[in-house]
Amino acid sequence: MEHWRKSAGAFWAGFLPPTLWLLAFFFVPLSLIWAFSFGEKSGIIDIDLVWTFENYARALEPLYLGIFAKSLWMATITTFICLLVGFPVAIGIVFAPPKMRMWLLLLVILPFWTNLLIRTYALIAVLRTRGHVNFALEWMWDHANSFLTLIGLGSFSLLGERFEPLQMLYNNTAVVIGLVYVGLPFMVLPLYAALDRLDRSYIEASLDLGAGHIRTFWSVVVPLALPGIASGIVITFIPTLGSFLTPDLLGGPDSQMIANVIERQFKSANHWPFGSALSFLLMYATFFGLAVRALMSRNEQRGIR
Amino acid sequence: MADMQDPIIRIENICKTYPGGVQAVNNVSLNVNRGEFFALLGPSGCGKTTLLRMMAGFEIPTSGTLLIDGQNMADVQPNKRPVNMVFQSYAVFPHMSVAQNVGYGLKIEGRPKKEIAERVQEALDLVKLGHLGGRMPDELSGGQRQRVALARALIKRPSVLLLDEPLSALDAKLREAMQIELVRLQKTVGITFVIVTHDQDEALSMANRIAVMEQGVVKQIAGPAELYESPNCRFVADFIGKINLFDGQAKANGNGKTLVETPVLGKVEFGGDANGPVSLGVRPEKVRVSREKPSGNLLAAQGPVTDIAYYGGYSKVFVDIGAKEPVLADITNAERSMGPGFENGEKLWVSWRAEDTLVLTS
Ligand SMILES: Nc1ncnc2c1ncn2[C@@H]1O[C@H](COP(=O)(O)OP(=O)(O)O)[C@@H](O)[C@H]1O
Ligand SMILES: [Mg+2]
Repeated sequence: MEHWRKSAGAFWAGFLPPTLWLLAFFFVPLSLIWAFSFGEKSGIIDIDLVWTFENYARALEPLYLGIFAKSLWMATITTFICLLVGFPVAIGIVFAPPKMRMWLLLLVILPFWTNLLIRTYALIAVLRTRGHVNFALEWMWDHANSFLTLIGLGSFSLLGERFEPLQMLYNNTAVVIGLVYVGLPFMVLPLYAALDRLDRSYIEASLDLGAGHIRTFWSVVVPLALPGIASGIVITFIPTLGSFLTPDLLGGPDSQMIANVIERQFKSANHWPFGSALSFLLMYATFFGLAVRALMSRNEQRGIR
Repeated sequence: MADMQDPIIRIENICKTYPGGVQAVNNVSLNVNRGEFFALLGPSGCGKTTLLRMMAGFEIPTSGTLLIDGQNMADVQPNKRPVNMVFQSYAVFPHMSVAQNVGYGLKIEGRPKKEIAERVQEALDLVKLGHLGGRMPDELSGGQRQRVALARALIKRPSVLLLDEPLSALDAKLREAMQIELVRLQKTVGITFVIVTHDQDEALSMANRIAVMEQGVVKQIAGPAELYESPNCRFVADFIGKINLFDGQAKANGNGKTLVETPVLGKVEFGGDANGPVSLGVRPEKVRVSREKPSGNLLAAQGPVTDIAYYGGYSKVFVDIGAKEPVLADITNAERSMGPGFENGEKLWVSWRAEDTLVLTS
């Protein structure tokens, strides 16, 4: 690594723009927000930098702590469901014929190419009272009823007087469904990478030694895919914890997550100092998650070594 | 001889075509006898691994039957077969200690902890790793990892141990030691070994019987000496050891004799009745080199020496007698006289006995 010192010009040409970019658009705004979080609102748009902990104290009030806890809980459930759904998907892709694998991976990545807002509205179209799921259910209800009539049970209204559409939108379940939908690719991709790296002969050796498929899965596949599982969890959990569009559009009045509160502080409530404090608390929580992951991978390496 | 004993593996007309259309194994039939050291030998890509993996249950034959210990294996999953495998990559689980690796199969069987501990120690002692049970696999050398794989398979006391190129990842010195070690191990445990190798020396020195394969087909199954001295075709003759080949035409005379005519050796009479194109073959160590014309019932020809390679205990002398390639003769340096005593370009006679000559019709 001697040559870049010799051509210092080329080095700076390559190094400077991204550095400036990061500085101007990441560190400067972040520092501002950090400073605001110790500020005090003194007018409609004025903030006095008084270095107070007032905003943080307010953020730790039960109301906001509750929303924080709820956000953590939603993100945890979402991540867990993503893991549960993502693992079979990743295994399916890894063991698919090589030609199919490309297309299946594309299917997983495809949502990334569509705007989140559009995807969320699409989900609304699927889940709403007069949406695709309910249409399908109604169709089944109609046919079941015709069948009952056919066998002479039509007059008992066994399935109720009328078809009652399921209320699937504007509640916590809808938010979790939406978050799982958004988070799934983040889980599948690292899992796929880990499973793809896994040498098939480990699985075959386990089968050869008498283990069944389920036993092999738990004692060989999962332990060897652990780094991928951990990455998937972290990578899914962090954006989920900070999501605001999905709870905003799919959730009900009690489904707001911490990012919704933050958004409100910067917009309708117009209390930037408080919003800043909340933002930083969220960021610290994220750092904590990353630190745990780093610690885990260190122990892992020590364990495998 | 093979048919007289009771075979532990019986393979009948097995074929395997991969989804891509590659026919890896083509109508193979063979028996492996109880307690023998059996080798599948052939060049890379000839279908050895595929055949072995069908025995283990990791590949499903396209057609044909496979019986192990008298039981048809068609519907038997790999984890239910009375065989165990040592993988080419060893596949020692990286997240388990040596002892956990070796004890894995017994743990699956649900054996009591005490029995597992005892048998693990026993198995590790058998492969001379008794003191390394607590190590993790990445703290082991390649040779040690292979011993772990061996112990892990042997501890299950399988009817047959399958080994896929077990020595190919080891350096030459270790490989030779392990050849001897594997033979010792096989004698100690009395388990049938089926080993896959592309190394003819390995197969010849270790196995009781060898199946030589080419492009999915078994060409010959025989003991090492028979393979070497009586190969049944050019491919086997050429693949096992070195051989001098001379193309010729055969004509059977109808009373058990065949006259073979080759451009460089003239007309020679052999037993048997072959007709059409044949090859005469002779192993280099059976060729004698002399300055004077040899006498007796010998095949002989004269030509200049093109090359002499000195190997210490023996020398390779190449003599151009006008055939496609120079004749190779291995000359033992039996006396301390600084090599075979011939010179490049010197005109010499090569000769060998008619009964040392092979007549290869295919
Ligand atoms: N899983 C597979 N899919 C398709 N072709 C395969 C597969 N495994 C092996 N082959 C092909 O089958 C032939 C025999 O392979 P293999 O049994 O591994 O040979 P060997 O072990 O003698 O080198 C080769 O041509 C190889 O490319
Ligand atoms: Mg092979």
